[in-house]
Amino acid sequence: MSNQATSGAVTAASGVTRGAGARYAMAASRGTANFVLGLLILAVLWGIGGYMIATNPKTANFAGFGLLPTLQAFPELWDMGKLQKATYASGYRLGSGMLIAILVGVPLGIIMGRVQWFRKLSNSPFQLLRMISPLSWMPIAVLVFSSWDGSIVFLVAFASVWPVMYQTAAGLSKVDPAWFKVARNLGATQAQMLTQIILPAISFDIFTGIRLALGVAWVVLVPAELLGVTSGLGYAIKDARETLSYDHLTAMVLTIGIIGYALDTLCALLIKKFSWHRGDM
Amino acid sequence: MSIRGVEINIHGLGYRYSTRGNPTFTNLQLQSRRGEALAIIGRSGCGKSTLLHIIAGLNRPTEGVIEFDGKKVDGPSSRWVMMFQAPHLYPWMKVSQNVGVGLKFAGWPEKEKAERVAEALRLVELQDYAEVSVQDLSGGQQQRVALARSLVMEPELLLLDEPFSALDAFTRSSLQRDVRSIAKKLGFNLIIVTHDIDEAILMADRAVIMAGAPGKIVTEFEVPLPDPRQRQDPAVQAMRSRLMDAFHSAAGKPTGADAHGEEDVDTDSESVTQHA
Ligand SMILES: Nc1ncnc2c1ncn2[C@@H]1O[C@H](COP(=O)(O)OP(=O)(O)O)[C@@H](O)[C@H]1O
Ligand SMILES: [Mg+2]
Repeated sequence: MSNQATSGAVTAASGVTRGAGARYAMAASRGTANFVLGLLILAVLWGIGGYMIATNPKTANFAGFGLLPTLQAFPELWDMGKLQKATYASGYRLGSGMLIAILVGVPLGIIMGRVQWFRKLSNSPFQLLRMISPLSWMPIAVLVFSSWDGSIVFLVAFASVWPVMYQTAAGLSKVDPAWFKVARNLGATQAQMLTQIILPAISFDIFTGIRLALGVAWVVLVPAELLGVTSGLGYAIKDARETLSYDHLTAMVLTIGIIGYALDTLCALLIKKFSWHRGDM
Repeated sequence: MSIRGVEINIHGLGYRYSTRGNPTFTNLQLQSRRGEALAIIGRSGCGKSTLLHIIAGLNRPTEGVIEFDGKKVDGPSSRWVMMFQAPHLYPWMKVSQNVGVGLKFAGWPEKEKAERVAEALRLVELQDYAEVSVQDLSGGQQQRVALARSLVMEPELLLLDEPFSALDAFTRSSLQRDVRSIAKKLGFNLIIVTHDIDEAILMADRAVIMAGAPGKIVTEFEVPLPDPRQRQDPAVQAMRSRLMDAFHSAAGKPTGADAHGEEDVDTDSESVTQHA
């Protein structure tokens, strides 16, 4: 009896000494398992749905929506170059729009966080503009920008600028004001204050804003591409529908999901890398 | 390090936070000798922090002049550095980066900067912590990093605004002793604002008592005690009683927010340990 208790204690102790590394590895592998299992469940549900569509004579025309036809469509689309072309076109619009949103949103957010009168004055117009669905600007944007491409970049930028700006401002409002006093005391110029103190202090918030913006931008981009343009993922979906290639259609839809998920994960990693906050995530 | 300290001359200093409100002080006079450690004691709210900010050039006086070695002070400079009650370190920087931040602002080359930072870290006995995140340090260690961040600039004057009041008694004692000995070794001036009379006696060559609304210097004391100073030393004790009596007659009754009878000045040494 006492022997057993002793050996139990020894095992427990060695379990403790194995320490944080092992526990971290275990949590990581459990994370991977959940990731795979979750996607498997989705795939199974999709497979069942596809099977039911294919076996029902009324819906058999739409068998292309099923899991297997969709997966088989990927190499086809790749070989035709459609996948790459659509992804590149959409990526270019997303990237340009986001870049504009960051270049406009971060400085405006910093001014909002630092200058009280600007914050107070800008509140009502910004809130009003923010609440307008970006897609409703499309007709105006097409008139203003001569190209459909330009209009879509504008829409993406317009949709993403708000989260970037508001997160930047919110980050700045949480900054310890004494950090500025200390830096001024140690001889920081205005430019150094910006690059050495303000930006590192709020990089976490800026990336959080970019992550939120990316979600909005991606959701705006695809429907915007359903209008006018002849390239991009949104157009590829429309094109697939018009040519009745439903397997291509779902493959493109799935691509949109995968790219969006990957970009969001990348942002989450950047946030983690640039965060100096303890106990986040 | 070649630090000479400064001779400080403050004439007719006046300051008001708003044009309509009462002045924080008017016509304030204060001198300090080259290399002197000067303590300013007073009840909270009498304007000590405001005065220190003005001396550091972080606030502009509404009237009067401040001269260092006969030259008018207008604006902040890394030659007179202020330390605050909290360390206010930059959490995204390592210890060495925090200490070197002022040199970085001044555009120092990497190698010279690293040497100066190492030297400053040795002075505050944190040489083994250079690569550590400041978020992993204790309160006392963080305040030492803040001290090193000031010392690395080789200031002529170090201004301390109740810098140790948030620390436990042991950490506070050792920092009080170390700051004084470093200042004496290197030769820079100290101005210490405190509401702790013991702190003034342990750290200063001279103490002035400030009383409020509008703030003025009401009396001053030389503190001619040998180093190292010990709290239990009879000479320190005797100095304490003298300063205490002077404080009670000069600093007046607690005013304003303090009127509920609470002592905001540490009037007995036991209360120091109770802070811990
Ligand atoms: N930023 C400020 N704006 C307006 N009044 C202030 C400000 N800071 C301090 N005061 C007032 O000035 C007086 C002196 O404050 P302070 O210098 O902080 O005193 P102490 O450091 O001696 O406690 C107080 O009455 C305080 O309320
Ligand atoms: Mg104060």
